Amino acid sequence: MQPITVLDTLGVALAAANVDTDQLIPARFMKEPRSVGYGQFLLYDVRHDEQGTPDASFILHRPGAGDAEVMVSRRNFGAGSSREAAVYALVDYGFRCVVAPSFGDIFASNAVNNGLLPAMVEEDDAERLLSALGDAPAAIHVDLDKQAIRVAEVEVSFSISPVWRTKLLNGWDDIDMTRQHADTITDFSAQYTAQFPWTAAQPPESTLISKG
Amino acid sequence: MSTPTTLFDKVWRAHEVHRSESGQSLLWIDRHFVHEGSIHAFNKLAERQLPVARPDLTFGIADHYVPTLTRDLAGVADPKVRSMIELLSHNTQRHGVTLFGLDDPRQGIVHVLGPEQGLTQPGMVMVCGDSHTATHGAFGSIAFGIGASEVAHVLATQTLWQSKPKVMRITVEGQLAEGITAKDIALTWIARLGADGARGYAIEYAGEAIRSLSMEARLTLCNLSIEGGGRCGMIAPDQTTFDYLRDRPWSPKGRAFEQACTYWATLYSDPGARFDLEVTLHADEIAPTVTWGVSPEEALPIDRAVPDPEQLNDPAKARQARDSLAYMGLTAGQKLTDINIDRVFIGSCTNARIEDLRAAAAVLAGQKSRVPGMVSPGSTQVKTQAEAEGLDRIFIDAGLEWRHSGCSMCVGMNGDLVASGERCASTTNRNFKGRQGPGARTHLMSPAMVAAAAVSGRLADVRTLTAGADSSVQASGAH
Repeated sequence: MQPITVLDTLGVALAAANVDTDQLIPARFMKEPRSVGYGQFLLYDVRHDEQGTPDASFILHRPGAGDAEVMVSRRNFGAGSSREAAVYALVDYGFRCVVAPSFGDIFASNAVNNGLLPAMVEEDDAERLLSALGDAPAAIHVDLDKQAIRVAEVEVSFSISPVWRTKLLNGWDDIDMTRQHADTITDFSAQYTAQFPWTAAQPPESTLISKG
Repeated sequence: MSTPTTLFDKVWRAHEVHRSESGQSLLWIDRHFVHEGSIHAFNKLAERQLPVARPDLTFGIADHYVPTLTRDLAGVADPKVRSMIELLSHNTQRHGVTLFGLDDPRQGIVHVLGPEQGLTQPGMVMVCGDSHTATHGAFGSIAFGIGASEVAHVLATQTLWQSKPKVMRITVEGQLAEGITAKDIALTWIARLGADGARGYAIEYAGEAIRSLSMEARLTLCNLSIEGGGRCGMIAPDQTTFDYLRDRPWSPKGRAFEQACTYWATLYSDPGARFDLEVTLHADEIAPTVTWGVSPEEALPIDRAVPDPEQLNDPAKARQARDSLAYMGLTAGQKLTDINIDRVFIGSCTNARIEDLRAAAAVLAGQKSRVPGMVSPGSTQVKTQAEAEGLDRIFIDAGLEWRHSGCSMCVGMNGDLVASGERCASTTNRNFKGRQGPGARTHLMSPAMVAAAAVSGRLADVRTLTAGADSSVQASGAH
């Protein structure tokens, strides 16, 4: 995973609350293989009309939006469905950071697991950033080490869990980290099963018989 | 004496394999459910050439993409949908994982099937790549939804890194009045605290009204925890829980069951246990509730009117209300009971258990639905049970379609969609824009309220509708 330290890039303002993962990627696109690139599905129904014609006034269709790597939005961003495809859509589009006053818990975990920084800001600060960005892509500076964001004269700080910060700064992957604890897991599982023997899944008898 | 401990902490501690210097816990996972959407995770596993660490604790369920008109895979017209179902069969078979597939008589929506089969038990940590995994917390387990990367991690290690959430308790005091359901409790607290009101918290539901809920109703309540932003929702196991679990296919048997019950009975929040946040509702504050907007927090008692953005003092709320009313095609200040509907849907992991179908059938018995609609039971076993009770006849005679089990029109992945601009009274969990199909307008409510909307052709108060029709309610509700 690509580490994140500083982003000097373009940002876009998506001035809406409750941008849920159903909006980020409508369910009907999730049967496509990732190899097709999920960026094309990002906010599809928000930025297209029913005939699939792009809404030219939508922020992602403004000149320069294709180079934007930071999205700023309102509270409860990424709420709802656990679909990691919502993060794939953002990442495949080119986003590396989403800024909002709050995130859906599962979305935020998914983001970090794909190298997308969920930067949490105060509600007032989100409004200041949205105003500073306006309705066209604009320069934005994000510093993960210092936990700071700057757009023109507006400078705000953001919060992120220290664990996630370390993971993103280093581009670490959980499976590799966990496999270092393989022996601890084996020992735990033996002791756990001895203490709570019923948690071992016992197939019903009929299933055993049918397996002959 | 040891420090008073919450139910959540008791279960968490029992599963802590390791704690990192940064304070994250590596948790042992007792049950891992995978479904068609878990394909991304299986692909990640394949990329790394890793096996499934514990196929015996992993269960595959076909639910998100399954057709509801047939149980025959060949009957699925869209090759991409068919492929999603086939890939689940392929991946589970390849890794030796038990599959509850399309044609299995035990098939169902994962969050209906797990409890029904006795796979869900108190004191467990359970995960699934689906946000409504919170449902299983009704048994006093920690259960939550995870993304594909985390699904791959659990497949590879049977563990998951988690930062411990804060714990909040939602207490509902008193007894719910007739016609008030778990769905109404959930929509009421979410409307009050907001769709992110429980963000960062594990929720424990407690109080007299909760203790009196059936197992099915508890599942509905915990299911909706995520709609208020909660990491998970849980209810301390009690005799209702133990009675439900006895003799389920995967429940422990004989002495093992008694041994398990002894442990399960210790799973409650000790008196004096400290919660990070306490919220109390009184049962008599809760009315039949429906959503009017595009977030579950936009919910109101049925006897109210949709908000007028001009009357809202908070500019952010006014802006959101304006946007929601525009999408929903509603007028500011319009009475909820004046909203005409085009369609009804009874189904989903939230409200498609046998009690839900009985409650809807009780209202529909001998009546005609004024709009088209569909009933998709939560599992094939629920379907069989409902047919044995004659509920299918009530739905069909009312003019509704009686379908097979699956996620169906809650998420529309299988092609069961609400048309653009259509308004659907639905027992599901999300009224998000486009959730039931592009341009679809969803109103969430309990099964009885959906039935009341069906016979009225508009949103309606089931309490006034069933007044004087008590005999039919009792006839169909007697189980």
